[in-house]
Amino acid sequence: MYSVNYHRASSVADAAKQLKNGDAKLLSGGMTLIPAMKTRLAAPSDLVDVSRLKELQGVKVSGKTVTIGAATTHYDVSTDEKLKKACPALAHLASLIGDPAVRYKGTIGGSIANNDPAADYPAALLALGATIVTNKREIAAEKFFKGLFETALKEGEIITAVTFTAPAKAAYQKFRNPASRYAIVGVFVTKGKDGVRAAVTGAGEDGVFRSKEIEAALAKNFDASALDALKVSAKGLMGDLHASADYRANLIAVMAKRAVAAANA
Amino acid sequence: MGIEGVGARVARKEDKRFITGGGRYVDDMVVPGMKHAVFVRSPHAHAQIKKIDVKKAQAMPGVVGVLTGKELKADGIGNLICGWMIHSKDGTPMKMGAWSPLAVDKVRYVGDAVVIVVADTKGQARDAAEAVEITYKELKAVVDATKAIQPGAPQIHGEAENNLIFDWELGDAKATDAAIKSAAHVTRMKIVNNRLVPNAMEPRAALGHYDKAEDHYTCWTTSQNPHLARLVMSAFYNVAPENKLRVIAPDVGGGFGSKIYIYPEEIVCLWASKKTGVPVKWVADRTESFLSDAHGRDHVSTVEMAFDKDNRITGLKVDTIANLGAYMSLFSSCVPTYLYATLLSGQYDIPAIHANVRTVYTNTAPVDAYRGAGRPEATYVLERMMETAARELGVSPAELRRRNFITSFPHQTPVIMNYDAGDYNTSLDAAMKAADYAGFTKRRADAAKQGKLRGIGMSCYIEACGLAPSAAVGSLGAGVGLWESAEVRVNAVGTIEVLTGSHSHGQGHETTFAQLVTQRFGVPIDSVSIVHGDTDKVQMGMGTYGSRSGAVGMSAIAKALDKVEAKAKKIAAHLLEADEGDIVIENGEVKVAGTDKSLPWLQVALASYTAHNLPAGMEPGLKETAFYDPSNFTFPAGCYICEVEIDPETGLTEIVQFVAADDFGNIINPMIVEGQVHGGIAQGVGQALLEGAYYDGNGQLLTASYMDYTMPRAADLPSFKISTSNTPCPGNPLGIKGCGEAGAIGSPPAVINAITDALGVVDIAMPASPATVWAAIRATKH
Repeated sequence: MYSVNYHRASSVADAAKQLKNGDAKLLSGGMTLIPAMKTRLAAPSDLVDVSRLKELQGVKVSGKTVTIGAATTHYDVSTDEKLKKACPALAHLASLIGDPAVRYKGTIGGSIANNDPAADYPAALLALGATIVTNKREIAAEKFFKGLFETALKEGEIITAVTFTAPAKAAYQKFRNPASRYAIVGVFVTKGKDGVRAAVTGAGEDGVFRSKEIEAALAKNFDASALDALKVSAKGLMGDLHASADYRANLIAVMAKRAVAAANA
Repeated sequence: MGIEGVGARVARKEDKRFITGGGRYVDDMVVPGMKHAVFVRSPHAHAQIKKIDVKKAQAMPGVVGVLTGKELKADGIGNLICGWMIHSKDGTPMKMGAWSPLAVDKVRYVGDAVVIVVADTKGQARDAAEAVEITYKELKAVVDATKAIQPGAPQIHGEAENNLIFDWELGDAKATDAAIKSAAHVTRMKIVNNRLVPNAMEPRAALGHYDKAEDHYTCWTTSQNPHLARLVMSAFYNVAPENKLRVIAPDVGGGFGSKIYIYPEEIVCLWASKKTGVPVKWVADRTESFLSDAHGRDHVSTVEMAFDKDNRITGLKVDTIANLGAYMSLFSSCVPTYLYATLLSGQYDIPAIHANVRTVYTNTAPVDAYRGAGRPEATYVLERMMETAARELGVSPAELRRRNFITSFPHQTPVIMNYDAGDYNTSLDAAMKAADYAGFTKRRADAAKQGKLRGIGMSCYIEACGLAPSAAVGSLGAGVGLWESAEVRVNAVGTIEVLTGSHSHGQGHETTFAQLVTQRFGVPIDSVSIVHGDTDKVQMGMGTYGSRSGAVGMSAIAKALDKVEAKAKKIAAHLLEADEGDIVIENGEVKVAGTDKSLPWLQVALASYTAHNLPAGMEPGLKETAFYDPSNFTFPAGCYICEVEIDPETGLTEIVQFVAADDFGNIINPMIVEGQVHGGIAQGVGQALLEGAYYDGNGQLLTASYMDYTMPRAADLPSFKISTSNTPCPGNPLGIKGCGEAGAIGSPPAVINAITDALGVVDIAMPASPATVWAAIRATKH
C-alpha cells in the first residue's frame, strides 16, 4: 500500500468536501478498495471514510416502500426483520455475499458504487426497479449501472440510500465461482405491479443486464415451467477460466428457473 | 497403552500456542537493526535482461541496498542445484541449466528473482523496487511440456536441447511390448495430472543475519529440513562454511513439500546481510507464493495395460512427459522417476512394466515434490486404468482389482520396489462395507428420481514411504542419505529432551514423539520436550517429507531410547544391588522384577549426574545419540471409495460419501493420524475437483490469487468415513509405515472414477469443475 491520508467524515456534507482533496476516494466497507490498495493496484491520495455515518445506516420500511442506507452492511441487510417481511429475496441475497467477515464490513452503497460485474446487489436493484439516492439527485437503477465497474455517479457524488417498492414476489439464485465465490451467474426475478423483471449478474460482458427473453416468457406465465423451452444466447456473455460463455448462457436459464420456483414457493 | 503412551489419542501439546497466537514463525523473528527486503521479479516468462539501472532506487528514502545478480556472482555465490542425478537411457547425465539466485542474463518464468531491494521498512523497499529499471528483450515463451519438446519451440536453457532434461526409462521394454502384443485385451488411455500450487498457510520467508564480530551467519527460514538447507548452502552455494552457518526453522505453517527445497530468497538474504551490514528479512506475499513456490504434478502420460483372457494384468507400458518448469528444483528429478515409476505396480502382481519418462523445461515456476510426490501421479495412472479396464472388460472394478492383488510377501515388483507386507483384500473389504457398496444401485436409482447423476469410484493405492535406505537411494542418484538422527537427553531430575532431525510443520511431532518416550519410561508427557529445527541444537538430520518422520525419525529416537534404557538399567542394578536383567522400567519407576525394590526414575537420572556411585568404569550422564538408516521403504496402502452426486443442469459435483480404509502399520496417536488422513483427502479432492494452476500462452499465471485458484473449503467435503487396519511394518523397530501423504495419493482417482461413472464417460480433466462437468454432459448429448 502506498501512503494515504485518512479522513473520517462527520457528515455526508463533510465527506463531499473532503472528497475534493487530491485524488480522494470514498471508503465504505473497503472490501474491494483496500485489497486493491494493498496490492498497489489502486493508489488514492486520500480516503474519506463514510462507513460510520449514522445518516447512512439502516433499513426503513414504510408500507411497501423500502429504503436502505448506503452504509448498511450486508449482515444488517440480511438480518433485518422488517426487510425479511417486505422483501425476503433481498435479505437472502445479502446473506449469500462473500463470507461472514465480508458481510460484517461490506456495504450496499460500496457494492453498487463499485459495480463489479459479478456482484450480487446490481441484479437485485435492477430487477426491483430501485432508485439510487445520492447527495445530489435520484437515479433509476436502469440508468445507474453502466458497464463493467462503471456507474452514472459523477465526481464527488455520494450514494446515500437505495429505495424501492417491494414486489409481490421475488427471488435470487446464484451459481458461485468456485474460487472467489462471486456469482458466475446470478439471476434476480421480481413480479410486481409493473410486471415481471429479471436481471442477470456475473455473465454480461457489459455487466449486469435485464434479460428480455426471460421477462417475456414469464410475463405470460410466472412459473418455472414457462422457461422450459428457454434458450439463452451466449452472445454478449463473458467467457473466462472458470466458465465459457456457453456455460454461462446455460446457467442463466437454470438460475432463472430456480429463482422463479423460489419466488413462487 | 497408557493414557499418554503409544496408541493414545493425546491432544496435541503444540496446539495451545498455535491457537492462541503464540506460535513463532520466521515473520515473528526480530533482530536488532533488521531491515526488510523486496524482490524485483520478472514480469515476463522468457526474456533477455538488457540493462538493470538501480540508481533511482538506491536514492529512495530508507534504502539500504539494491543488489543484482552480477554482484552476487562476483562474490562467488553459486547456482542452485538439483540434488538427484538422473541419467538418460543413452547414458548421458541430465541436462541441468544454470539457476542463478538472482537472474543475470535471462529470465525464464514470471516471478524469476532479478534484484533484491533492502530498506528500513517493507513499504520503502516496495517503493524502491518499483523504481528499479530493468530493460528486457522479450522472447517467445512455452508453458506446455508437450509443446516445449517439439522442434522449433523456444529454447530455455542452452544446456538442454529442445528443452529435454532427460529421457529415462525403467523396466523391461521388450517383455512389456510382448505382453501387449499377445494380450487378450489392451486398455489404452491418455492421462493428464494437473499442475497444482502447494498453498501452505504460511508463505515462505527468510531472515539472514551476518554477524561481523563472530564472522557467523544465521538464517531463519521456512524449511522442512534446516540441516539440509545448511548443507546445500555451504557445499554448493558458497554462502558460508557449515561451522559458520546456523539455520533455524522455527514454527513453520505447513509445507506439503514446497518447503523442502532451498530457494533463491534465503541465499540472497544471507548474502545481502553481509553485503549491506544489516540483518535482512523477506516474507513472501500470497501472489509471490503462487508465482515462486515450487508447483506440483503436471504430467501427461500415454498408457497401455494388457490383460490375459482371465483378466489378469500381463503388462503395463507408461510414457510420461513431466513438466519441470524453468529450473531444476532441488529434488525435481527424482519425483517423476524414482518416486513415480517405481510405484507403477500398485497393489497388483504385474509381470512386465516399462516406464519411459521425459522431463522438460518450460517457462513456468519450477515443479518439485508436492504431498505424495510422484506417488499420486503413479496411483492416478494405475487406478484410472484399472477402472477403465473394468468397464471395458465388463467386470466389477472391485473384482478386477481383487483378481490382480499381490497376496504373498515379500513381493518383488519389476520396478525396483520390494513390498515387505500388506493385506489389500482387507482394506478393500473394509472400504466396500463402510461404503455400503452393495446398496449403491438403489442409491443411484433414488438419485435419478431427483434428477441427479450418482456415481461411485474406488482407488486402491500403495505408496513407498519412510524415505529411505541411504545406500539404495545413493545407488539411484541421490546426493544425500536419508537416515535420521536423534539424541535423548535425560536431565538430572529426570525430565527428558529429545533432539530430532525431523521437522514439525503441522504434523504434531511434539506430541507423538513425546508419547514414544512416555511409553518407554512411564514419565508424564509434560516432562518430555521435543527439540527440533535448529542446526545449533540438533547435530544433523534429514528433515520431514515423504511420510518419513514416524518410520525413520521415531525409529532413530527408539534406538537412542534403547541406549538410555540400557544405561539406566545398569545404574539401577548397581544401586539396587540386583541383576541388570531383572530391572524393569515402568510408570516412572525403575524396579527389580518380582520384588518390592524400586527407585524413582528421577533418582536414577540424578545418580547418573552426581556420579557418586556409578558402576565401575561408567561415564557419568544419561544422554545417548542414535542414527537410524532404514533397511527398506515402508509401504502404506489402502482403499478409498468416493460417491458423487452431480447436478446435470449446472455440472456441480457433490461428494456425498467418502470412505478411506488405510493400512499404516502401527499407530502412535490415532487422532493425529485421522487429522493427516482428513487433510490429505481434502487436498486430493482439491486436485480432483477444484485446484488447477493455469498459465496463458505468454506464460502469465492466470491463477495467482484465491480469486482464481480454488482451495478446498470445509463445505466442499462430506464427513469422512475412515478406518485403519494394521499389518505392522517389519522393516523398522516401531512397525510404522507412515500416513502423511496417503489421503492426497489415494483420493484423486477415486473421485474421478466416481464422476466418470456418474456421467458414463471414459475420462474427464482434473479439476472436474462444474463448467468442465457440464461440458462433458453436453458432449454426451451431442
